[in-house]
Amino acid sequence: MSSSPVAGPAATGPSSGSDTAPVGRPVPDRPSGGPGRHGRRIRPVSAGARPGPPRRVTRYWPQYLAISPYYLLFSVFMFFPVIYTVYLAFQKWDGIGEMHFVGFQQFRFLWDDPVFWLSVRNTLVIWVLSTVPMLFLALVLAVLVNSTKRFTAFYRVALFIPSITSLVAIAIFFGAIFSNNFGLINAILRSVHVSAVPWMSNEWTIKLVIAALMTWQWTGYNAIIYLAGLQAIPSELYEAARMDGAGPVRIFFSITIPLLRPIILFTVVVSTVTGLQSFTEPQVLFGSEAATNPNSGGPGQAGLTTLLYFYHQAFDNNDFGYGAAIVWAFFLLILLIVLVNWRLVQRKERRP
Amino acid sequence: MNGLNRKRVRGLSVHVILMLGVVVSVFPFYWIVVMATNTSQDIYSYPPKLWFGGNLLTNIQHLFDKMDFFGSLFNTVIVSVCTTLLVLFFDSLAAFAFAKYEFPGKKILFALLVSMYLLPTQLAIIPQYEIMVQLGWLGTLKALIVPAAANAFGIFWMRQYTSSGVPDELLDAARIEGAGFFRQYWHVVLPCVRPALAFLGIYTFIAAWNDYVLPLVMLVNPDRLTLQVALAQLYAGHSTDYSMVMAGVLLAVIPLVLVFTFFARGFIADATKGALR
Repeated sequence: MSSSPVAGPAATGPSSGSDTAPVGRPVPDRPSGGPGRHGRRIRPVSAGARPGPPRRVTRYWPQYLAISPYYLLFSVFMFFPVIYTVYLAFQKWDGIGEMHFVGFQQFRFLWDDPVFWLSVRNTLVIWVLSTVPMLFLALVLAVLVNSTKRFTAFYRVALFIPSITSLVAIAIFFGAIFSNNFGLINAILRSVHVSAVPWMSNEWTIKLVIAALMTWQWTGYNAIIYLAGLQAIPSELYEAARMDGAGPVRIFFSITIPLLRPIILFTVVVSTVTGLQSFTEPQVLFGSEAATNPNSGGPGQAGLTTLLYFYHQAFDNNDFGYGAAIVWAFFLLILLIVLVNWRLVQRKERRP
Repeated sequence: MNGLNRKRVRGLSVHVILMLGVVVSVFPFYWIVVMATNTSQDIYSYPPKLWFGGNLLTNIQHLFDKMDFFGSLFNTVIVSVCTTLLVLFFDSLAAFAFAKYEFPGKKILFALLVSMYLLPTQLAIIPQYEIMVQLGWLGTLKALIVPAAANAFGIFWMRQYTSSGVPDELLDAARIEGAGFFRQYWHVVLPCVRPALAFLGIYTFIAAWNDYVLPLVMLVNPDRLTLQVALAQLYAGHSTDYSMVMAGVLLAVIPLVLVFTFFARGFIADATKGALR
């Protein structure tokens, strides 16, 4: 969980002054009869400790009470549902009538379902089209901001804003400027005498638009993360390399990239997990066709991501069993891709 | 001096590229305002109008005819405010227990909390829907607020801050005066962790305000929607009347972005810390 080069306050600048650096490990302060830190027998009257020491676990009731809301909510709304989804994947159920156990039939159907595989392919293509330029541009922007001292606060805020903007609003905006006939992008193309592109009808441009949307939203966020990592690299390292006669490109590949690797790994994992779960973008852009064609996702189903397909099966078709099978299969796929990514980035680490 | 000149050119080109990035980041907000203040005919014309027009009020009027804007706004505010307050309270309280106390099972419980953090919510959403049906909460705002009332990220974040930002001496002093767990929390911990609460509060509020998937599934009642769902439906139903839809986007989204820029500097510093831990 810890990524070493960015622990200190240097990583994020002095802007939040009240955040003191960790001062040693806090010692557990549970009042106890043993040799406490204060040595003396000041016996603090804790809320639970009335006359006569109660039994072991009940003594900690305030702590258990304090953490219970999360675990209660987690059990009811997350843990139980996730398990129940496994159970559902082996049933046929429309949410109202009787449940029928069908064994592996849902998964067998899934295996032969061309629409499911189409949706997986769409999801992967959109993910690659968005993640690669996103992380590359983010690294470039971070290196540039790091190389200057002026306006950095302004750059950071301006680059960060897309990541807190409502996805629905941004999807509507992209739908407007990439509109087939009247969008801003086609107007620009027309002004340089290029014929209009039917962005929202072509199999590839649909994916491009969705990927562009995701790239727009998350590039700045990743740049800020990289920037924090860059600022934690000690400047002596750069000076030493310069003294040894290394040029900026060499320095970038021999010092910056290796030291940034844990953070790059973090951003790759996060953008994999979130990027593969694209749903809102195609749902808002092509949602109006859902009523007539439940498998829609735009012309040629080119924007049908797996989670959009899942949503249609579960909540438009009320096929809860099949929905459960889709979402579990997809989760395992995400897990597989994250593990592969992890291995790839880790292996490169061993090389130097 | 040639070397100095070259350095200056390089410095300048850095800012030129960065300004390009800034323009790309901010352009949608400008263009949303342009579209929201012109007529749809202006947007469809060639060459398109590139500057603000005077049609905003008419567009807003059309918007109010087509969409229950204030009702959706009210629902969104209720959900965001309630979720934020509950998250701040439950997460900071749990974080205090994890940061400053030892109790049996603590390690396992915390490891569980951390490991479940990236579990995709879609894995749970069908049974969640069914649970809301059983509870009779489907279509109500409770279905959004209650499941979100405490979360792993917030506890994790608050624990980090509490263990370093709340001095043990203060807690000891409070204990000697006879303050129990909850009085320590109220009188010592809460005042100390305010900066961390500020970040968590802004983060939770924005996330709740922008949330789309859960409201889409749970708010089955068409006259009780949040802004995001109402906007998406408006766009689905009137996708050609851009100026009206953009007026809705403008009202529903831009104020939050503007407010955010006020807190942005401290928030961004905290956000990177939270991400990198």
